[in-house]
Amino acid sequence: MDIINHDILIVGGGGAGLRAAIAISQMSPSLKTAVISKVYPMRSHTVAAEGGSAAVLNDDDTHDLHAYDTIKGSDYLADQDAVEVFVRDATNEVRQIERWGCPWNREEDGTIAARWFGGMSRKRTLHAADKTGFHLLHALFQTSLKFDTLKRYDEWHVCALLVDNGKVGGVLALNTRTGVFSILSAKAVILCTGGVGRMYAFTSNAGIKTADGAALTYRAGGPIKDMEFIQFHPSGLMRTGILITEASRGEGGYLFNKDGKRFLENYAPSKMELAPRDIVSRSIIEEILAGRGFKGTYGSYIHLDLRHLGEAKIMEKLPMVRELCLDFAGMDPVYDPIPIRPTMHYTMGGIHCDKDGKTPMPGLFSAGEAACVSIHGANRLGSNSLTELLVFGARAGRTAVEYVSTAKPVSADKLQSLAKDRMDFIQKRYMKAGNGKEKIGAILSELRKTMDEKVGIYRTEEPLKEAIQIIQKLKERFNKITLTQQSRVFNTELTAAMELDNMLEIAHVIAMCAQVRKESRGGHARKDYPTRNDEQFLHHSLTYQGKDGPRRETFPVTITKWQPEERKY
Amino acid sequence: MAEEIKITVTRYNPDKEAELKTQTFTIPYHNDWSILDGLNYIKAELDGTLTYRWSCRMAVCGSCGMMVNGTPRLTCSTYLNEFYPGEITIEPLANFPIIRDLVVDLTDFMDKLKEVKPWIIRKNKSDENDTSKEYIQTTAQMDKYYQQTLCINCTLCYAACPVYGLHPDFIGPAVIALGYRYNNDSRDQGKDERRKFLASEDGVWKCTVVGDCTEVCPKHVDPSAVIQRTKVDNATNWFFSFLKGKK
Ligand SMILES: Cc1cc2nc3c(=O)[nH]c(=O)nc-3n(C[C@H](O)[C@H](O)[C@H](O)COP(=O)(O)OP(=O)(O)OC[C@H]3O[C@@H](n4cnc5c(N)ncnc54)[C@H](O)[C@@H]3O)c2cc1C
Ligand code: FES
Repeated sequence: MDIINHDILIVGGGGAGLRAAIAISQMSPSLKTAVISKVYPMRSHTVAAEGGSAAVLNDDDTHDLHAYDTIKGSDYLADQDAVEVFVRDATNEVRQIERWGCPWNREEDGTIAARWFGGMSRKRTLHAADKTGFHLLHALFQTSLKFDTLKRYDEWHVCALLVDNGKVGGVLALNTRTGVFSILSAKAVILCTGGVGRMYAFTSNAGIKTADGAALTYRAGGPIKDMEFIQFHPSGLMRTGILITEASRGEGGYLFNKDGKRFLENYAPSKMELAPRDIVSRSIIEEILAGRGFKGTYGSYIHLDLRHLGEAKIMEKLPMVRELCLDFAGMDPVYDPIPIRPTMHYTMGGIHCDKDGKTPMPGLFSAGEAACVSIHGANRLGSNSLTELLVFGARAGRTAVEYVSTAKPVSADKLQSLAKDRMDFIQKRYMKAGNGKEKIGAILSELRKTMDEKVGIYRTEEPLKEAIQIIQKLKERFNKITLTQQSRVFNTELTAAMELDNMLEIAHVIAMCAQVRKESRGGHARKDYPTRNDEQFLHHSLTYQGKDGPRRETFPVTITKWQPEERKY
Repeated sequence: MAEEIKITVTRYNPDKEAELKTQTFTIPYHNDWSILDGLNYIKAELDGTLTYRWSCRMAVCGSCGMMVNGTPRLTCSTYLNEFYPGEITIEPLANFPIIRDLVVDLTDFMDKLKEVKPWIIRKNKSDENDTSKEYIQTTAQMDKYYQQTLCINCTLCYAACPVYGLHPDFIGPAVIALGYRYNNDSRDQGKDERRKFLASEDGVWKCTVVGDCTEVCPKHVDPSAVIQRTKVDNATNWFFSFLKGKK
């Protein structure tokens, strides 16, 4: 098999991957660095982020306050040393991206403007209208083009990590364009592959968010962390789950039930619509369960009302919300309230790493939504993620540069034999011309339905156990899939099969960790264990691939100066 | 009987045969399905080999452009109900080489994107990474280029451009708009470095002002107007440098 040699390989061309790539290119232009991405970088899902990116810039704000808000938002599961680093680096990073052309909205005096966001006690969410991720990603991508030394593999699909005795030496990747597999060797691999959203049916996530990074690590023997913590965003557009940004509430939008009441009065009276997402999402579900939702073709919903903001403000601050409503719901928020319900949105858990992006496996690093540092703990505050991409993307990049200065590569012979094993596996598992009757589409639909119904906003022992059983059955059914075509060029059926395999593996971990965590904390809400239980569960879950399924261990939470207290808003 | 709609798609598999073919599928009609929903239905239920690009399904990633009844459109935000009960024909974006079925080769576009130097250029290089403070930029200054930041690189404008169809060397609408975006950003000082490319033989002057690019742009970037403004800008620049005796 072909081997192409590198020093550092970044898997993922979203915000985290590109920020890492730029950091490396600036620090060490002589290193052979490459970004590999299954879609063109500017198509990565960072492009869809809307509301903003949090950082302390104003005089009335402090790093400690941002840290406290983040930690309280995390329901005390965040590692406080990492959060302290995060809020400090954040200030520089948002200015850096400004210098690289991000068109942040401005105050009258031309300085960067901020808006309110859920769970933040100051106005600190910087934004570029409500297309923040789009602008951030394009600014990063375009800036990355100026580094001639940075190589790209666009539309290449990473299928496996190549690991020799626990040490990572590169990846096995498929060039989708030609259908040819190659070894991309590297002394350091940084996984920036995004989240797991597509295993849920009702989600704000793009088609490419298929748990690849977590699955690559897990199969290679590495631990993944806190996978049970999934964020449901309060406002998904009915039918599609497309996101209506929290900025719509940050700019003053209201939530109404069918009796015309701003029901958050009953759940979070001091923050109302700007309470953190887990709380607002559960409040919506409670209203719907109590029969106070509106009924429609696609189920029950509540209203997000922006009408009182007026057309001018909507066009200035929330143009994309209007565009999305017009294009995808056939209504105009200037004149009508928006029908919404909670949508699966963000993966708090991910590849276990520290605040420098280092995982326990030598040569493996991670950043962005794929990683779990953890600064989000059990619940991420809106607008902390885009900032995380910048901060930890850059940090992971710098750590990798340091690492490769002394690391030895895995030998070419060894890589060949590792790759051959993986290739045999891939051929047997996905590309066999068998007579299996199972179809990818059918298994995927059942997985997504199961996750929505049994591993959703509210969780209970029995349904979780059922979910685990169903997932195990789906894994067995997966063994009997046959692809309808074995062609090489742009075989999206093959890549879809690998993605589904990844999602099944990680769904199993999520359901299992959710079942074991018998408490409610942040985004993980157990009906049968409705309170937080610090005595038994103030720890991270670390999961490894075991012989008969996931094996769970625990890992301590780092607490510096904010002792856990009751989380009320 | 449930309502149905016919979709005819281009099929091409270079592994198997050299020619393009078409294939017609009949799918259930839903008033609120996008064309992309229809294609996803075909792939999941009828033919797993159908090949096309998509990702965000919310009209922002720029992946899903195709010719829909002859016009370049984003298929995730174009609905079956615009055509029903008529039939729909989906072809790969015009003016690009085809890789497979509805997937086209974007290499040329990606190369040109880089050539226009789409990043902030400063005379003093250390400005570019000075994080001690932001550049000051008023909303009025931002308005001078903001519309051109909205391009999602969907390349519908290239598929619509007759000039690009005839002369593939033409830099093309989106890339010129991107050059304009940086040239008019008050933070940028790189106009001179971009001039050679933008005003080259294959640059703005090739455009014959058909205006189809602006017509099909889903994000209202208005490349056509920008190309004309860039022409004027370069003409006056040329004129002034002539006066100053530089030329
Ligand atoms: C609709 C929406 C709105 C949001 N709004 C906000 C917001 O306002 N503020 C905020 O802070 N956060 C927001 N978020 C969250 C935030 O946008 C994401 O967490 C973040 O963009 C993830 O970036 P990333 O770089 O980690 O991954 P992504 O941008 O998802 O990129 C992942 C990359 O990995 C590549 N990849 C994956 N698997 C493979 C593989 N097997 N082989 C090769 N390449 C691979 C992909 O091609 C892609 O380039 C939002 C999220 C969504 C869904
Ligand atoms: S799928 Fe992203 S623009 Fe249509």
